[in-house]
Amino acid sequence: MSTIVEAECLTKRFGDLTAIDSISFSLEAGKIYGLLGRNGSGKTTLLRLLTAQLFATGGTLLVFGEQPYENRRVLSQICFMKENQTYPKRWRVGDVLAMAASFFPRWDADYASVLSKDFQLPLTRKVRTLSRGTLSAVGIVVGLASRAPLTIFDEPLGLDVVARSLFYERLLDDYVEHPRTILVSTHLIDEVSRLLEQVLVLDQGRLIIDEEAEALRSRAFTVTGSASQVATFTAGRTQIGGEQFGSLVSATLLGNVDAGERRQAAALGLELTPVSLQQLMIHLTSTASHRKARESV
Amino acid sequence: MEYLIDENRPIFVQIAERIEEDILAGRLAEEEQVPSTNQFAALYQINPATAAKGVNLLVDQGILYKKRGLGMFVATGSRERLMEKRRELFFEQYVVAMLREATRLGIEEEQVIEMIQKGAKVP
Repeated sequence: MSTIVEAECLTKRFGDLTAIDSISFSLEAGKIYGLLGRNGSGKTTLLRLLTAQLFATGGTLLVFGEQPYENRRVLSQICFMKENQTYPKRWRVGDVLAMAASFFPRWDADYASVLSKDFQLPLTRKVRTLSRGTLSAVGIVVGLASRAPLTIFDEPLGLDVVARSLFYERLLDDYVEHPRTILVSTHLIDEVSRLLEQVLVLDQGRLIIDEEAEALRSRAFTVTGSASQVATFTAGRTQIGGEQFGSLVSATLLGNVDAGERRQAAALGLELTPVSLQQLMIHLTSTASHRKARESV
Repeated sequence: MEYLIDENRPIFVQIAERIEEDILAGRLAEEEQVPSTNQFAALYQINPATAAKGVNLLVDQGILYKKRGLGMFVATGSRERLMEKRRELFFEQYVVAMLREATRLGIEEEQVIEMIQKGAKVP
């Protein structure tokens, strides 16, 4: 499988602030990636570096094997739909689609018009008069119909839950027909997780996870029961979280549970529950007490 | 369509389990073609690579096999093999779990046996 993005020790500083802190990763052709992280973790900065809207302070970045800066060959293969995309004042929705049609070599006009109906785009309305949700929908339509070899969706949060679910459905259907690299940046982890093949997690500018979504799904579990029994079970394991309510204690542990451990837990009267990707992220990202847990991953 | 995919467990394992269920229930006959990974992806709204991983899990176990250029098929004898696997799990999943609960509730072993005999008569 060919690599379309290669970053090595990529760093971006704004004055004293290190927004992207020496990260290395690669993106392969034809995969759906999730870029996850809290607000301010560096997601948007990373996307702006990838799309040549920002210069890196250090490290190297190759996109489709070349430097992306002012490189039309590279940029025409990337579609980056920002949540707060701005357009010229007089533009109507139809103008945005026409502009996209001329810019993206693989633009599918028929598909764009189907999507415009699905998302009920008001083609003759001025873009600046659109609600946040409709503006997001314009971005979704452009992003999907561009069929760009690298398509980036940044926080499709303006969409309501019905439109988001339509977006995920269309994205998957079209990806199956026309595989390409798709990067979805979001913090609605549980909504998108089943669409993802690979997950990248940023935390305070550092890349803390770059792993298959399926592997992350069995990465941790929670054990609940009386304090002494939980302590017996957790001995020698890596704990990344815990809670107490009344006489019950719960501990979130890293690792898989095998059949023997399942029996041990049952014998101790403990309950084992899986940890979702979203819960795992909460445990691993950024608060001082979580820092230590993260280092043990 | 959601079809009750549980977000908390690896999805590829659940896909493999669904196929196993279909074979056990006779919805997928031996030597019958299994839906493609793209069809699974569309049906469950999951990443196609994840669906492929689930299918490959069963290929590795010899439950499914690949016909070049045609797709995946259910291997002959796979239903019997799955039944055998489930029978082994039956003891762990049902008998042991039942006896543990019986102990908690103070139900004696003889009473459990009586209940099983009574249960067998329920149509």
